[in-house]
Amino acid sequence: MGNLSALAKSIGYRKKILKYIYGAKAGHTGGSLSCIDILNVLYNEIMNVGPENIKSPDRDRYIQSKGHCVEALFVVLADKGFFPESDLETLCRYKSHYIGHPTKKVNGVEQNTGALGHGLPLSVGTAIAAKLDDKDYKVFTLLGDGELPEGSNWEAALTAAHYKLDNLCAIIDHNKLQITGKTADVCNTDPIDQKFESFGWSVRHVDGHNLVQLKEVLSSLPFEAGKPSMVIAHTIKGKGISYMEHQIKWHHGVPSDQEYESALQELDNTLASS
Amino acid sequence: METVVDQLPGIGQANLEVFSETLQRLAERDKDIIVVTSDSRGSGKLVPYAQRFPKQIIEIGIAEQNLVGVAAGIASAGKKVFAVSPACFLTARSFEQIKNDVAYSDNPVNLIGISAGVSYGALGSTHHSLHDYAALRAVNNMIIVAPADNYESEQAIVQAAALNQPVYIRFGKKNMPHLTGADKGFQFGKGRIIKPGADLTLIGTGETVYPALQAARKLQAEHGIVAAVISMHTIKPLDYGLIADLAKGGKPIITVEEHSIFGGLGEACASFLMENNYRNPFKIIGIPDEYTVTGSQNDIFNHYGISEDGILAAAMKLLS
Repeated sequence: MGNLSALAKSIGYRKKILKYIYGAKAGHTGGSLSCIDILNVLYNEIMNVGPENIKSPDRDRYIQSKGHCVEALFVVLADKGFFPESDLETLCRYKSHYIGHPTKKVNGVEQNTGALGHGLPLSVGTAIAAKLDDKDYKVFTLLGDGELPEGSNWEAALTAAHYKLDNLCAIIDHNKLQITGKTADVCNTDPIDQKFESFGWSVRHVDGHNLVQLKEVLSSLPFEAGKPSMVIAHTIKGKGISYMEHQIKWHHGVPSDQEYESALQELDNTLASS
Repeated sequence: METVVDQLPGIGQANLEVFSETLQRLAERDKDIIVVTSDSRGSGKLVPYAQRFPKQIIEIGIAEQNLVGVAAGIASAGKKVFAVSPACFLTARSFEQIKNDVAYSDNPVNLIGISAGVSYGALGSTHHSLHDYAALRAVNNMIIVAPADNYESEQAIVQAAALNQPVYIRFGKKNMPHLTGADKGFQFGKGRIIKPGADLTLIGTGETVYPALQAARKLQAEHGIVAAVISMHTIKPLDYGLIADLAKGGKPIITVEEHSIFGGLGEACASFLMENNYRNPFKIIGIPDEYTVTGSQNDIFNHYGISEDGILAAAMKLLS
């Protein structure tokens, strides 16, 4: 995919995230916008997974630990053809399968997530299974920086290094904000890189909105043979919508009619000027 | 299937040892059997398994949340996973992982709670699992099993390996008497009639079935009272059909469990009976709402009436 078409994808995804959250009057806007470029690159450039091979034991796996940002996942899965995009018009509505967190009832979702600190242990187990079966698939998991204090993450980090899971890649959507405020103020986990390195991981930093950088870094896995890989993706909560960027209120804010129109206009302008 | 036990055929192994041996037999012909353990291969009697099948055991270390999450991940790739850890930690510390990663995500992990109930008697309340039935009964998509003897233990493991659904099985530590060699009807969700009887019913589970059986024999020998004894090895789904059959006629029912009186076998039976308009005299024997006394498992059983004499006394009181 060319750089411009990749950018167009991301902007299209952003518009859909806003559309369905606006329609549902619910959702996690800021975090979905901060991680969407990562998902764009994973699903369109990196992972060997699609509706045609979702039952294959050889497919790559993606487990979204920060499950509250499910809108980002849903719009990408719809775009990949896992289900009709029109299904998302039921988002968060009565009896819909498209609820506010990933659920396996939705085609393409690998694990039910939402409670934080679960994605990494699940991914470690899946990566261990790949080693046991001598299979080449990779396991990707997306963590929020706000969920890092969950102790299960650190337990899993130990296990991943102990079993030399170089088929595992964890990506931290490091937007540095959580519902209460700055992640550094709530429970400072810095320096994340040194912590994971000391646990036996190989760590890279990347601009989490630079599609070229993301593709480059995610194409070079594992970073070191015999070590799990960690990508610290520096992102902006609410990325792409000027009035949402870096604003805690957009953690799960829902745009008003005027805000929605203005956001779409801004995204169209961004694409036109790129 | 009914089985009359006139002569107990002796003492067998600890249920946990049967678990380990059964797992070895399964692993011999099934490379998809994977044990995941948290520094528990010794207390889980899994050292021989680990020696024979080093590629089919994953050691996590003392990290129970991770144990269950990892087990769920391995199971998601089609493996038959047995996650082994002391019952107290497995079901309390990892509760959210059991709820979400195993049950809600439908990853068919077999959760093996070892040294359950008050098996670690003298080690105190941190090491007692008197909450596991209550906690896991409230989790959808979870089968809860407490085998009463070696036969039930073997069958539970064989059937769990073949089931492809989350199962929690709890084992104690001590050598177990053989309850019967005749009844081969073990099936999850179906209670076993260890001894028929028309005057009252004793429903036990796990290691409490044997003292219930002893009490029944004494009731019959000394008082001419013929009590039915049931091994309700599956707490969930509960065998409502059998309970209804036993309740008809209004004879007293006593439940016996190595668990808090809250939220376990007794309350499960009571809610069924009440909802279906059975008004049998009813008693729950278990651990009351207090920090449990310490001592051996036998000491604790005796203290709380989970014993031949305690159950007999409760029966006489209910019949009077």
